[in-house]
Amino acid sequence: MAQSLAKEFKKGLWAEIPPFRLVLGLCPVLAVTKSVENGIGMGVATTFVLVCSNLLVSLLRNTIPPKVRIACYIVIIATFVTIVELVMQAYTYPLFLKLGIFIPLIVVNCVVLGRSEAFASKNPPVMALADGLGIGIGFTLSLTAISAVREFIGAGSITVWDGSPLFAMPDWFIPLSFMVEAPGAFVALGLMLAGMNLIGNK
Amino acid sequence: MREMISMIVVLTVLTSVSGGLLAAVKSGTELRIEEQILKFLQAPAIESLFSDVTNDPLRERFNLDTADKTIQVFPGKMPDGSVAVAFETFGKGGYGGDIGLIVGINLDSDQLIGARVTTHSETPGLGSRVKDELTFVSQFADKPLDANLALKSDNGTIDAISGATVSCRAVTRAAIQAQELYRQLKPEIIKQIQ
Repeated sequence: MAQSLAKEFKKGLWAEIPPFRLVLGLCPVLAVTKSVENGIGMGVATTFVLVCSNLLVSLLRNTIPPKVRIACYIVIIATFVTIVELVMQAYTYPLFLKLGIFIPLIVVNCVVLGRSEAFASKNPPVMALADGLGIGIGFTLSLTAISAVREFIGAGSITVWDGSPLFAMPDWFIPLSFMVEAPGAFVALGLMLAGMNLIGNK
Repeated sequence: MREMISMIVVLTVLTSVSGGLLAAVKSGTELRIEEQILKFLQAPAIESLFSDVTNDPLRERFNLDTADKTIQVFPGKMPDGSVAVAFETFGKGGYGGDIGLIVGINLDSDQLIGARVTTHSETPGLGSRVKDELTFVSQFADKPLDANLALKSDNGTIDAISGATVSCRAVTRAAIQAQELYRQLKPEIIKQIQ
């Protein structure tokens, strides 16, 4: 039991890490990874929704009639997303202003619905919890990695909450602002995906 | 038949529980969200509108009851001795719902001082320009109270941002609403300030 729990948790961190292995939920990946701060915020919000909805879907898996299961999942997911939205508005308003419309869009994030349908609806709650936590943390790590690359090349430094640069390039480095624009997201994601495949195929 | 009933029951129970839960979270966070909106959206908008007032409009704000809701009024004392007020109205019909607009009006000359967009959920880079590009809202500055604040394409006097006509129209609706509200509330505002 403990062994398979660890397995379900760990698969989200490498073997099935979204969006590199599980190429789902690309909308937030491409849209909000302009800065590390946004990436982490989005990752944490998605993880919360993923864990809660996975747990609830798994608990209700024998109650939900198969024909209306997607509608039920969406109700559960949308509820948690709205809770996240309200809590973010109340406690981290500047971050909410930056992520804006992408928070409510977690409802239609394929990673979340995909885990409910493919995993939580077929497995006991503890397993679903481990799965949600693993995939969620994996998603957060990926978003952080992509946004770190983009912010680093695109802005020349990585700034965090208090506004002080965490990591800055020397003065001769001219930031390539293309990387923090929308097309830069595709380039960064594509190259990182290729890199992951290169390592994974060995 | 049994399957049908179970489908209806499960969905009904699920949506009711979810609705109840959300209502509880909403009422629990409502006050804090209002505070945050005041701090991060309304305060900067008011500061930029009333850049040279001699008082603190945020601290001296008061509430006024209108027919259907309560609005917050921020009074500002201008350097030339006249008094202005700013309040927020919401324009319907933006792409992402209502657009909040704080409008400043001079009580002595009945002229608009200007307007700033506060809350909105317009598309980033397109509709969001109604907030980011101050040249659009600066068109409201120094307009008399009886000016037609509709878009030029609606026979008004305001130029829309190309590519963001729908969002601009929602902003002008908020401005027109502010004109009406001001006409209605002016006597009461004067009473409150004195």
